[in-house]
Amino acid sequence: MLRLPRFKYLRPKTAREAARMASELGPKAMFVAGGTDLFPKLKRRQFEVEALIGLDFLSRQVRAGADEAEVDAGVTLASAAANEHLSATFSGYAEAAGVVSSPPLRNAGTIGGNLCVDTRCNYYDMTYEWRKAIGFCMKKDGDICLVAPSSPRCWAVSSSDTGPMAIALEGMVTLAGADGERELPVAALYRDDGIDYLAKQPSEVLTSLRLPVIEGNQSAYVKLRRRGSIDFPIAGAAVALRLDGATVTRCRIVLSAVASYPLEARAADDFLTGKTLDEETVRAAAEIAAKPAKPLDNADLTHFWRKRMVRVVVEQALAAAATRGGGSMVKLLGQHPG
Amino acid sequence: MGASNNGFSVIGKPLPKPDAVSKVTGRAIYADDMLPARTLHCRILRSPHPHARIVSIDTSAARRMPGVQAVITGADLPIKFGILPVTQDERALEHEKVRYVGDPIAAVAAVDEEIAASACDAISVEYEVLEPVMSIDEALVETKDERIQDYGGPNNIHKLVALEFGDVDAGFARADHTREDVFFFQGNTHLPMEQHSAVATFVDGRVTLWSSTQVVHYVHRALAKVLELPMNRIRVIGAAHGGGFGGKTDPFAHEIIVSKLAMLTGRPVKCTLTREEVFYAHRGRHPVLMWVRTGVTKDGRITAMHFRSALDGGAYGSYGVASTFYTGALQTVTYDIPAYRFEGCRVFTNKPPCGPKRGHGTPQPRFALELHLEKIAHDIGLDPVELKQRNFVKPMTRTVNWLRVTSCGLEECTERVLNASGFRKREKKRGHGMGFAISSYLSGAGTAIYWNDMPHSEVQIKVDRGGVTAYCGAMDIGQGSDSVLAAIVAEELGIQPADVRLVTADTDTTPIDLGSYSSRVTFMAGNAAIQAARKMREMLVEAAAAKMGAPVEAVAVGGGRIGDFSFEDASILAEARFGTLTSAGSYTPPKIAGPYKGSGVGPSPAYSYSACVVDLDADPRTGLVHLNKVWIAHDVGRAINPLLVEGQVEGSVYMGLGEALMEEQEFRKGLHKWPSMLEYKSPTFLDMPEVETFIVETVDPEGPYGAKEAGQGPLLPVIPAVSSAVFDALGVWIDEIPVTPEKIVEALRRKEKGEAARFGPARFPSIPYPACIKVEPPAKELDRAAPASI
Amino acid sequence: MREVDRHVVALEVNGEHAELLLPVHKTLLEVLREDMQLTGTKHGCELGECGTCTVLVDGKPELSCLLLPVQIEGRAITTIEGMAKGSDLHPLQQAFAELGAAQCGYCTPGILLAAKSLLESDPQPTRDGIREALAGNLCRCTGYSKILDAVELAGDRMMSSPPRGVAQSAGGDEEL
Ligand SMILES: Cc1cc2nc3c(=O)[nH]c(=O)nc-3n(C[C@H](O)[C@H](O)[C@H](O)COP(=O)(O)OP(=O)(O)OC[C@H]3O[C@@H](n4cnc5c(N)ncnc54)[C@H](O)[C@@H]3O)c2cc1C
Ligand code: SF4
Ligand code: FES
Ligand code: FES
Repeated sequence: MLRLPRFKYLRPKTAREAARMASELGPKAMFVAGGTDLFPKLKRRQFEVEALIGLDFLSRQVRAGADEAEVDAGVTLASAAANEHLSATFSGYAEAAGVVSSPPLRNAGTIGGNLCVDTRCNYYDMTYEWRKAIGFCMKKDGDICLVAPSSPRCWAVSSSDTGPMAIALEGMVTLAGADGERELPVAALYRDDGIDYLAKQPSEVLTSLRLPVIEGNQSAYVKLRRRGSIDFPIAGAAVALRLDGATVTRCRIVLSAVASYPLEARAADDFLTGKTLDEETVRAAAEIAAKPAKPLDNADLTHFWRKRMVRVVVEQALAAAATRGGGSMVKLLGQHPG
Repeated sequence: MGASNNGFSVIGKPLPKPDAVSKVTGRAIYADDMLPARTLHCRILRSPHPHARIVSIDTSAARRMPGVQAVITGADLPIKFGILPVTQDERALEHEKVRYVGDPIAAVAAVDEEIAASACDAISVEYEVLEPVMSIDEALVETKDERIQDYGGPNNIHKLVALEFGDVDAGFARADHTREDVFFFQGNTHLPMEQHSAVATFVDGRVTLWSSTQVVHYVHRALAKVLELPMNRIRVIGAAHGGGFGGKTDPFAHEIIVSKLAMLTGRPVKCTLTREEVFYAHRGRHPVLMWVRTGVTKDGRITAMHFRSALDGGAYGSYGVASTFYTGALQTVTYDIPAYRFEGCRVFTNKPPCGPKRGHGTPQPRFALELHLEKIAHDIGLDPVELKQRNFVKPMTRTVNWLRVTSCGLEECTERVLNASGFRKREKKRGHGMGFAISSYLSGAGTAIYWNDMPHSEVQIKVDRGGVTAYCGAMDIGQGSDSVLAAIVAEELGIQPADVRLVTADTDTTPIDLGSYSSRVTFMAGNAAIQAARKMREMLVEAAAAKMGAPVEAVAVGGGRIGDFSFEDASILAEARFGTLTSAGSYTPPKIAGPYKGSGVGPSPAYSYSACVVDLDADPRTGLVHLNKVWIAHDVGRAINPLLVEGQVEGSVYMGLGEALMEEQEFRKGLHKWPSMLEYKSPTFLDMPEVETFIVETVDPEGPYGAKEAGQGPLLPVIPAVSSAVFDALGVWIDEIPVTPEKIVEALRRKEKGEAARFGPARFPSIPYPACIKVEPPAKELDRAAPASI
Repeated sequence: MREVDRHVVALEVNGEHAELLLPVHKTLLEVLREDMQLTGTKHGCELGECGTCTVLVDGKPELSCLLLPVQIEGRAITTIEGMAKGSDLHPLQQAFAELGAAQCGYCTPGILLAAKSLLESDPQPTRDGIREALAGNLCRCTGYSKILDAVELAGDRMMSSPPRGVAQSAGGDEEL
């Protein structure tokens, strides 16, 4: 049986106390919320810690206001997905939360943990013995990248489903540090680096996500994965659209699992804004959005195919968001071809 | 479904399994659930190199760690073992040379698993790294360093087979059309939910091992050999079983290791493999490259077939010699092939050893054959189903390679699935397709793995104060063999299955059974049980008749009564008359192997038959496949318990769909690419379509009450039916399993460019097959009076 | 090796209260199986990938291989051992036994618990609803068909009669 390494478990009562503990202990400590990302990685010895700082104190409320919804970091993915207000006003977000991992994992995994989830690579998300056998890589214990050996950087893939959606919905996160709180657009939480993928201080606790109500915004998330459940995304598109008739007046497209951070497709957003949404513009926008996506050979299926699929998920997500008013359901790509 | 129970009181009824309650309440005890007092925990150090010589092993640091009770290496267990007598090539721990990443090198017993794991990490091993051989192509040519094994050859070839039945050249000369195709079937693994586990004790000079094995007898033999103990000092017990599918049929290193560690420490020792180690233990589906050439007449009758296979065997022999023969053996059991040449080859590579997985060696050629015949049908403008039907084998015949076909429900299976699915009336629409395929499988191999004259299965029955106990060596691996035994004994003695106590899979208390594999248990243990139960019934009836003063013919058995007496009273009468009431039955398959070397693989006392239709959508843009529905008909001879037959059929369909669409073992940089349940894709609830099952009963002349196998055969047609349905939907052939979206997209791209509309291997390598052994075919018609004789 | 950090943890398992001195890094799966002898909870990966180790926490399925006892103190844990009432099987257990929904039985405890949670929130789920709810639990034996049938049957029975135990037997047979 794979077991966790030994650690101390600290139980702060507030975010600030947690942040203080974290800054005192430095890299020897990590936060744990639901543990659904962290525990498997600890069992595989991808992190070495002396202490875990439990975030059990995080509150678990979804507050619906007229201008925004505030989702506490401790809210589980299952309750976010089932939340009526989120489903009605931020349907893409509820949808994204509802397709993360599998039902039992969504009952434990938190939305905060999902925003902070580690980047992935199939040379890295393996046991200690396996990594030792193939040769350690720079993300843990080694100094080269096994996917792109001549590269000075790590290309592990951002695999959060809700992160891209929260960016498309122009969300903000609240971060609590030892000396106070600050706010950050979700987009600014990420960095284009497989190792240092978060822009926040390691000691900062993410305490909530705020999604602004943008009148008329419609959103959708389309995720591609091999199986109907359990699997991480191998490509995904988060879309938030505002339409005036058929004319796009506001558009945000963000891709998951095609880079080391949620990839904003700004050029496609600009292209679509002001245009009529029809089959042709959707196709063209998807083409533009897909261009910067650079999948590598470190996730399921071939990267050539995944690259081709980016356009398809973007088209589907655009179509789904656009038809949201009519309430049509989009089937997951992994389950049914469009 | 349609199962009959004419005249039976238990047989044919959908009764729950005898252990159903313990399984739904969590009370069934699997090997890993056992924790005898003072148990030590064992972990195994495994090779990080695919191919290397071991220069030295230093265990001193590990031995010094507090909590470590014993550390062993290959020097402690130097004797080789292996499932086949001809390939005794494995060591429990290797001290000279490692042959794949995951090959066991040293083992630690410690007070807890954490310490055992740390101690393994503290063992230092010095290696001389050798060039690994990672593909069939590499195995066929000279290696830079040394060969993987020191037998076989040339190069890394393990086994070559060449057989010819009838005049193949003349058959091709007679053909109006011939066609050649090349196919590849990627390897995959069993992935039982339960990770292998074994617990051993050493008390009073005797080793007792509980293990999640499918064959206690083979583990018993291997332990005796490697531990150098007489068989009577070893007891192997099959714990409740968490799934095997063929993956727990070999004796394994960890079973030997815990036994040795128990002997050394005098304490119970347990080892449960991690999921990653289960991938290394493997013995799964061989990757097989296949070439096939067939000649047909204008009206689609096969005149000759030439089939070549190349199996990537991994680093050790396992069942590989048998697997190699199986890739060529059963082609003739579904289609009437008047002349047949088979050339097979298995190579060694530096990967975990392949072995028997559900359908052992036959899903790969079945996939090739079904697609190949469809392509021929398209070539000559014949409906593929029609072409197949024209060549169906007939019941009570003998094939060109001497296999005896008795009952055969091919026609009926085919009609059932075609009618139910509306296959013939299907709408032709791009993106939607239906595929059809058939298959056949053994009901137990006609010859044993190792040469012996013992029966293949024995059952003993004891009746005492009204209680009935049946003893059988077979292991219930979830397929329900215990149910079958209980049902048979109950049927014969006129009682209920719940009245029969079962003692199974324990080498101390149960007689020999060659194990739960090759779909043999129902047929063989079933027949043995009938024999034992009938002997018991005779005694009960005789005693009752004597007391009643009536002739034995007047004594009715049934409803818990023997004549005028309750079963319990009758048993007391019989015990008074005969003393202790015991009876025994055994089953030895008929000697039906053909008169040639290699004829031992393929014969079976009976063959099951299946037909399948798959309905799917395949998206031309993405290559994504969505399964709509599967119809499957299975000729099981007679369904002793239709509930279990359906369960076996549905489970086989599931596993077939997984193999067809997503399961595969890939290797990269000398390692298993993804030894985890997340990356090795096993279909979830959301990936599985509805399945409609039809049970076809042909009542086999030799099966118990006419029953044949159900656990493996129904997997076989599913895989080609999927690929065929993709062709139906998109007009491209995916000649390589699994059928992944990227392959479909690539085939469509090639088609658009005007290249061959397929994805699959371009060529078959040149292999130094020996000259064929030429075998005269037998007379085609079976002598109905004496079907068992040859 | 680092020192072991031990905590006294109060757990509510199947309605029974237990206080245990536990190494804090031991998962609930290990504690149930090794410290509480509740071996009905099985495991297939210990990494959250198979669902075999599913238990209920406050009535919802979670994976015991990824839970720390310290994190769930005071919450109600249900394992397979807590599903039957004494010798009376839960209707789901009864239906699984009757319909052959457990073959090797290794995935069964986790699936039964996930199904129990489903039926409590939705007594008449659709077949697709059952698939969605059980999609985190792999089974290699059954092809899922019989499991779907059994959950439907249990749901129907629970609707038509008040949720009361059925005698602990399968098809009228005594337990062996
Ligand atoms: C089999 C499997 C499949 C999965 N599939 C998916 C998937 O499809 N999509 C997906 O997105 N994820 C997936 N996951 C990953 C994970 O389950 C989810 O991302 C989950 O939301 C993580 O939340 P958590 O609360 O469990 O995080 P934890 O594991 O507790 O933490 C994850 C990381 O975030 C940090 N962290 C957590 N909370 C905070 C906080 N409030 N402030 C600061 N740092 C914090 C932790 O220190 C840790 O580094 C999968 C996991 C498994 C095991
Ligand atoms: S991308 Fe390269 S460096 Fe990063 S985890 Fe993968 S192999 Fe390691
Ligand atoms: S053991 Fe596989 S999910 Fe917990
Ligand atoms: S019954 Fe064997 S894994 Fe589900």
